[in-house]
Formats: sequence, structure tokens, C-alpha cells
Amino acid sequence: MAASSRARVLDLYRAMLRESKQFSAYNYRTYAIRKIRDAFRENKNVKDPVEIQTLVNKAKRNLEIIHRQGISSHKTVLGPP
Amino acid sequence: MLLRTAWRRVAAALPAAPGPRPEAPTRGLRLRVADHAPQSAVPSDTAIAPEMESVLRPLYMDVQATTPLDPRVLDAMLPYLVNYYGNPHSRTHAYGWESEAAMERARQQVASLIGADPREIIFTSGATESNNIAIKELEDAIQPDTSLVSIMSVNNEIGVKQPISEIGQICSSRKVYFHTDAAQAVGKIPLDVNDMKIDLMSISGHKIYGPKGVGAIYIRRRPRVRVEALQSGGGQERGMRSGTVPTPLVVGLGAACEVAQQEMEYDHKRISKLAERLIQKIMKSLPDVVMNGDPVHHYPGCINLSFAYVEGESLLMALKDVALSSGSACTSASLEPSYVLRAIGTDEDLAHSSIRFGIGRFTTEEEVDYTVEKCIYHVKRLREMSPLWEMVQDGIDLKSIKWSQH
Repeated sequence: MAASSRARVLDLYRAMLRESKQFSAYNYRTYAIRKIRDAFRENKNVKDPVEIQTLVNKAKRNLEIIHRQGISSHKTVLGPP
Repeated sequence: MLLRTAWRRVAAALPAAPGPRPEAPTRGLRLRVADHAPQSAVPSDTAIAPEMESVLRPLYMDVQATTPLDPRVLDAMLPYLVNYYGNPHSRTHAYGWESEAAMERARQQVASLIGADPREIIFTSGATESNNIAIKELEDAIQPDTSLVSIMSVNNEIGVKQPISEIGQICSSRKVYFHTDAAQAVGKIPLDVNDMKIDLMSISGHKIYGPKGVGAIYIRRRPRVRVEALQSGGGQERGMRSGTVPTPLVVGLGAACEVAQQEMEYDHKRISKLAERLIQKIMKSLPDVVMNGDPVHHYPGCINLSFAYVEGESLLMALKDVALSSGSACTSASLEPSYVLRAIGTDEDLAHSSIRFGIGRFTTEEEVDYTVEKCIYHVKRLREMSPLWEMVQDGIDLKSIKWSQH
């Protein structure tokens, strides 16, 4: 159980960093990458499974936001200036 | 421990971010990746994100003027711009109901950030409108027992923090209304309308990574504060501000407030560190630099520096790769030095040489380093060209010079 949730968290971390690279805007991209690293690092010693699940859910929601906004910021969506 | 090793392996395995590499003097130009493609005859099907374009834009260091939307805010707004487009005041169908629900949710988010009740939040078009609502009625009623004190929480030009709690205490004990324009403070420093005895507060969306064109006014209910509506019409917002509430904008404001509440501590820590870095690096390399404003009661993200013997406008023009300002955007069209600097007693010549550096949630260390580097380079260059500087180097006291008229 512990092993799978660890793997799950790592997958989530990787996926979030991958999606963050989709931001074409420098400031959003760097913020997302930095924030993801800092947030995962800050919470790496959390033991309580309920708290872990809450954090994982929050991360999943943020992953979805990053995914959607990464796409919206492409010039195919924004168009030329 | 396993997690940490695995994490390190993951971090090492990740391809390096396709962002800029810091290099020698030209690094700043490559730092900025264009966000849009220029008009081009080549079709853009081969687009891979993010694209490195040949058109570069300046670094953004002017957050006091306005802030970019936080992606989380845009994400919250989009559904209300695209699908859920109902008028929140329509009572008879789902479009209206869902729009109203979103509006009330946003109201709760704004209230929660400042410790208020949602019924005390009225949506407006921005902090300027809120300010006008707050002081309108009371302009006619100025008596020896003045009825309103209005203070900015954080100054937008020099970043000074006013002692809001103390002022609130005094006003409350003298039965005087207390209004604060908290546009630059909301979401950046902790504010509580009850702890600080605030009766009226102006909030601006686009200063806290929310959309432009929206704001709010907090109006205390207990004890009741009466204000007169500026805008009359259909009686929306309890009759205090008629006009259809723009759901997508207020959703954005609410989301911005919620994000700010979560990120306040993290942002403040980071911004303080970056501000310290900027100031230290500049002060170490350049003599005769003055920071305007009280260094203790100061919001770190707004740094106003005067570079003696250098004209502010020429420095701004030299720093063309960085978006900066020498005062507030509201007064930038005029060439008068800032009224704020004049009010704090800054010498006329230093007031003309001031630059405001804005550090925000999205500012990176690389941007700060680049800005510092360019700033030092150009100040030195401009000083070399300055006859005043030459005189100072020769030990002449400029104040003793009698400038004769021709």
C-alpha cells in the first residue's frame, strides 16, 4: 500500500512537471515547475494517509488545470497578436 | 528516504526545461521567449510548445501597475465566458441560477480573504469606483468632527505599509469611519477587517493576478455604514451598485482571492528573498543609491530606488529590455516627479531619478539578476556621461554651486 502510493505520487509529480512544460509563457512555465517542486518537497514527510490523499487530490486538480491552461496558451488557441 | 532517492532520479531523468540558458551579457535577450508568433506566411501546424520565436518581449517588472492573470484564475473564468453565460440576475432558468451561484461563491471567496461576511462585499468595476463610493457622500459632510479617514494600506509607488490596525483603533474610538484602499495589499499581506477595525475597503482585481475591470468594496454591516450609490439602475448589489454583475470577471476575482489566500505565505517569503537580492546587489555595486520609503514598514515587492546623478526617464529608456516604471502608472504621462516622493521630503533631483522595481508571484531569480545587471551597467554608463557626477567625483559640493542665469 505504501509502495503503490509512493509510486502514485511520483507519477503525479512527473506528470505535473511534464504538463508544466507546455506553458509557452516563460513566467507561467517557471512558476509551475518551481511551485510543483517546492510543494512536493515540502510535503514529502507527511505520514497520515488521509492527509496524503487530500494532497494527492489537490495535486490532481492542479494537474488538470495545468493541462487545460497549457493548451490554452498555445498560439493555435491564442492566435497571432 | 526511498522517496527522496526516487525523486532525485526522476528530477535527473527529466529533460532540462526548454527555457533559456543564462549566459553572458546577452542572456537577457534570450531569457525572454516570445509568447506569440509574429505574422508569418508559414502555416503554424508544426507548432511544438513552447516555441522559441525571434520576437522578444521585455521582462515584466512592473507588477504595481498590473499583474498577469494567474493560470488558476483563467481556468476558473473560462467556463463562464464560454458555456455558463447566463445573467446572474435572471431568476427563471438554469443559466441564471448557475451564474448567480458562481457570483455568490466568488463573493464568499473575497470575503474570506479579508475576514468579512459575504453580505458586506459589493462588486464594482475596480478599486477606483470603490474609492469613489466610499468617499462620495462624506465629501459634503466635512465638519470639525470629520467623518472619514481614508488611507492606502500599501503605497503603490514606494511600497510603504501603513499601520492600519493602529489607525483603525483610533478611528473606532473617535467614532470616525475608516476607509482603506487595499488594492496593493489584499492577498499580499494579512488583512482582517474586524481585527483592524476597517469600515470600508477597496479591492482591485488586476493587482492580485485577477482580471481587469473588476473590483469590490467591503462595507461594514455591524455597525452599519451607509454609503450612497454612484450608479443607479436596476438595484443590483443591494441597490449600492446597479448594473449586471459580470459573472466571469467576479469569478476571476474570487478565484484570485482564494489563490492569494493559499499562496500568501509562500509568495511573501519568495518575494522578500528576491527583493533582498535585488537591493543588495545594486547597493553593493553602485554608490549613491537611495531606497525611498520606510525600510521597516515596507512591502518587499515594491522597491523604489533613486540613483543620484542619473535622470530616471533616461535610465528607464536605457533599460528597454525590462518593463519598469518611475512612479505610478496613473501619473506616468506627466513629467512631474512623483507626488509621493515629494510628500516624503525627497530632494527634487533624487525624485527625478527614481525607478520602481516590482517583484511578484511569477518573477524569477533570473529576471531579477538580469535587471540588476543591466541597471548597474546603465547607471554607470549614464554617470560617466554626467557632468554633475564628474563634479561630485572631484569633490565639489553640488549644493554650493551658484547656477547663473544666461
